[in-house]
Amino acid sequence: MAIKSGVKRRKRVAFIILLVLSILWVLPLLWALGTSFKSANDMRTNVITIIPREFTFGNYQNLFENSAVYPIFKWLRNSALIAIIHTLLYLIIASMAAYAFGVMRWKGRNLVFGLLLATMAIPTVINLTPLFTMVIRFGWLDSEASWKSIFALIVPGLGGTFGLFIMRQFFMNIPYDLVESAQIEGLGHFGVYRKIVLPLGKSAIMVAGLFAFMGSWNDYLWPTLTAAVHFDPNWYTLQTGLATMQSQSNYDPGQVMAAAIISIIPVLIVYMFVQDKIIEGVSHTGIK
Amino acid sequence: MNAKQKLKLKEGAKRYLTVAFFLVPYIVLFATFFIFPLFFGVYISFFRYNVFDPSASKFIGLDNYKLAISGLTIGTTNVTYYAKMFWGSLKNTLLFVGVSVPLLIIIPILIAILIDIQPRFYKIFRVIFFLPTILSISAVGIIFKWQFDTQYGFVNGLIRVFGGKEVAWLNSQPYAWIAIIVTTIWWTIGTNTVIIGAGLKEVDKQMYEAAEVDGASYPRVIWSIALPSIKNQIFIIVFTTVIASFNIYGQPDILTGGGPAPSGTVAAGTPGTTTVVMMVIRGLMTGVNRQPGLAAAMSLIFGFFILIISLGQAAYNKYREKY
Repeated sequence: MAIKSGVKRRKRVAFIILLVLSILWVLPLLWALGTSFKSANDMRTNVITIIPREFTFGNYQNLFENSAVYPIFKWLRNSALIAIIHTLLYLIIASMAAYAFGVMRWKGRNLVFGLLLATMAIPTVINLTPLFTMVIRFGWLDSEASWKSIFALIVPGLGGTFGLFIMRQFFMNIPYDLVESAQIEGLGHFGVYRKIVLPLGKSAIMVAGLFAFMGSWNDYLWPTLTAAVHFDPNWYTLQTGLATMQSQSNYDPGQVMAAAIISIIPVLIVYMFVQDKIIEGVSHTGIK
Repeated sequence: MNAKQKLKLKEGAKRYLTVAFFLVPYIVLFATFFIFPLFFGVYISFFRYNVFDPSASKFIGLDNYKLAISGLTIGTTNVTYYAKMFWGSLKNTLLFVGVSVPLLIIIPILIAILIDIQPRFYKIFRVIFFLPTILSISAVGIIFKWQFDTQYGFVNGLIRVFGGKEVAWLNSQPYAWIAIIVTTIWWTIGTNTVIIGAGLKEVDKQMYEAAEVDGASYPRVIWSIALPSIKNQIFIIVFTTVIASFNIYGQPDILTGGGPAPSGTVAAGTPGTTTVVMMVIRGLMTGVNRQPGLAAAMSLIFGFFILIISLGQAAYNKYREKY
């Protein structure tokens, strides 16, 4: 009995601490949202309240009217285009490799995969300079044809290992009997891959896809570095555009806050639908 | 060779062709954009490299390394600027790793323990703590930069309400670092919280109950039963958090731009909150100062440093698993 009442009290204490902490965690977002609807005067005099005293769409209006300087819808388009193409290509290429590593039986499989695994220890910062040089040499960062910069943002990440590992891990658990009996019925490896492994591996592919998409959508360093060669705002990604806005010495905080909110909304909507999948995917990274 | 052997050989070759079909696209990309750059980076580091016209590059031996480590006499002037900045930024990065990593480990463990008690709405709490990790650093940076604004920020607004003196968060030390670390905690703890939470979930709760029947307090139970059972998860989050913290870039880049300079000096040429990755990026970005060779040399020195630490941790983990 003593333990039971202890459990109850413990749950209550945990609830109160978590409640306070999660308010702290939500507050910056609510404050940003509120601030984006404040007038310039309100922003200066009414600093700590979340709800604007004079509610206005002015910041959003200014932002949209300013689209010659800050083409935020083009940034959204670019980010979406890059993230979607990158994710689709990556899923095709990496799921095929995951099939070779996780389903097919061949000599040297573990050795090759082990080598791939070992390269994860190499810090990625080393590759920044050579990759930057390479994409310039490929002609992907050309101020005359700045649209080509999307190649520089789509292609190099296709060699990423994270999603491959997730899919391979999952594919390995597909019973080999299934593969063999399908082969007896006349399916080749491509058939097995397409008709058996892909449908069965849907959840792993989805997790790998989510991470590829989020990584591409949220990437800041690489798109900003490459944009500093072509300097064409029409081909900035959303993240580069946002960063450029706030780095101006005379930036309008209301406009920038509105832009930040616009950038967050699509991500929040996706998160609402797939948060369980993402959290599940992350929790698996801790289990070897 | 008899017919049977021939057939076997043919089958073997066919099998490898099929493997190649599945593997080659990925391996080509991996080799081109991951393996080749490793060697190319070393090559570049020996040149005064021109990214736009490689034929105009000049082999300068170890000069880039000297420029980064000790300074280099060019003509009659001794150029120590880059060495000063490199060591300063390395010191900054180590400071950030030293302060942030313990916080980014301990806070998630505490939160995960509370969530594992499964109080009301615990699933919602988990979703809330994880939420910032899916946002981009540019959005997070904009929000926190404005929150920490001296005049119009939320934080100083709150301080003023309680009659305190406002703090120049982003323009003075050590407050600039505090702002960067607070931002980092808010932004990133979700991942570690979820990983630790997944570990705790697997621990047999009957062991908790048995220990409590024997009179152990709950903190005691956590300390001697729960934490030892999630050693693997703790190792993983330490390992990944150390690497992520060494690579810190976006937070100072957006919040402080690498400043502030100590009072009375000009901003350029002082490490402020500049980190090593920021130095590397500057070497690639800024027009006049663009020095890919130097950037490559700095990232190789730094990368080697990170590699040693990662391998050290991995070796420790092997040792730990053995005993």
